[in-house]
Amino acid sequence: MRGGEILTILGPSGSGKSSLLRCLNRLETIDRGEIFLNGVETRGIDAIELRRRVGMVFQTPALLPLTVRENLLIGPGFRKQSPDEKECARLLESTGLSGEFLERGVEALSVGERQRVALAQVLANRPDALLMDEPTSALDPPAVLKIEELIKTIHRNLRTMTLWVTHNIEQALRFDTRTIVLVDGEVVAQGNIRDLVERPANDALKTFFDSGNSHEH
Amino acid sequence: MNIESLVLAYGLVIAALLISYYNDLRLERDLVYSSLRATLQLILVGFILEAVLKIGRMDYLAGILLFMCGVAAVISGKRGEKIPRARWVAFAGIGVGSFSTFWILHLAGVIPSEARYVIPLGGMIIGNAMKASSLTLNRLTGELEQQRPRIETLLALGANARQAAAQPVRQAVRAAMIPTIDTLKTVGLVHLPGIMTGFIIAGGSPLTAVKYQLAVMYMIAGATGITCLIVTLLAYRQCFTADLQLSAAFRPSE
Repeated sequence: MRGGEILTILGPSGSGKSSLLRCLNRLETIDRGEIFLNGVETRGIDAIELRRRVGMVFQTPALLPLTVRENLLIGPGFRKQSPDEKECARLLESTGLSGEFLERGVEALSVGERQRVALAQVLANRPDALLMDEPTSALDPPAVLKIEELIKTIHRNLRTMTLWVTHNIEQALRFDTRTIVLVDGEVVAQGNIRDLVERPANDALKTFFDSGNSHEH
Repeated sequence: MNIESLVLAYGLVIAALLISYYNDLRLERDLVYSSLRATLQLILVGFILEAVLKIGRMDYLAGILLFMCGVAAVISGKRGEKIPRARWVAFAGIGVGSFSTFWILHLAGVIPSEARYVIPLGGMIIGNAMKASSLTLNRLTGELEQQRPRIETLLALGANARQAAAQPVRQAVRAAMIPTIDTLKTVGLVHLPGIMTGFIIAGGSPLTAVKYQLAVMYMIAGATGITCLIVTLLAYRQCFTADLQLSAAFRPSE
């Protein structure tokens, strides 16, 4: 990946998208191969340090049953840091929630709002790279569009290298970025998503797009 | 009490059997098997105790207690089969928990070094330590499975094993301590515990019985607490790999 790039990983469920992301921050261990972060082989990086630098947003936000602020402080707290009031409000605002959410309990939030808090929680660690494992899959359609917009905005502002996973071709098209298509654990194509859809280079890609289109429309 | 009245008492099990049969509970096989097993087990233990109680050497008695800990650990370890080395975790917890409290009471002169005190009281502590260990392992397994998304979120934020497992560990200790705490609260009001019952039936003075019962209750509370603590401290570490991943056993089967 190029520095500051946003990259889409597209593939049907069970194609290994999540596993790929989980290997990148070592929630799973790779059997073979190497992973580099800014030119450094990640096996040489301690798991805790690696995970701080490679933040991950999951499909379903799993926040602690505390206030929004306390959730934001979790990551920095592991390193005995505590961002001040202003910093917390700024983090939250960068995900589109106003500072007054800070004192609310997360139970009272909608799933979309929780996903924003989860994103702010990851950003509080000031990561070098962001992994997003279908962060919109638990949301209803209007919320999906908003989170997509948010991720683009955050990427535009922070220029953090972002890997974004989806099974939804429509969504990949809306994102319109460089895309890697993964089927059954193999990379079947990579390039701009529009080019790939217009001129599928091989049968595996064609089959996936056809099946995807019949589902999506 | 003679054998005939014992047989009559067994009639109560038959009542339970009939209830199970008519309500279609399908517990008949289990009831017959476990009641017969309990009978045989106790008769056997009666004979063994007759012999054991004649032992005067503390090292032999300690050996017997250690054996009891081993059996308790194997049984208890089954409650945490997903936790690697659960038996050893249980053995350490039960062993340290019961031996340390037992030793303190021995030094305090509550438990004289005679087989007829050491064996029944030791068995009682070990039994309660086992209960605590089983509850801890069982609850910890459940919490780790249920809270996996939360644990992985914490790991992804840079948590170490202790930080990631803090909540499940706390819940497991609480769950395992609650029965002991409730027993302490209600003792004498809701139930007369084993030692007192035995003492009074045997014709002892209720006040002497209370004295022993108190010592035993504190001993059990101490043993339960220490066992819970050691079991959780050892167990949660086993559930994370060297790369700080939650062990695959706690992932949902896909």
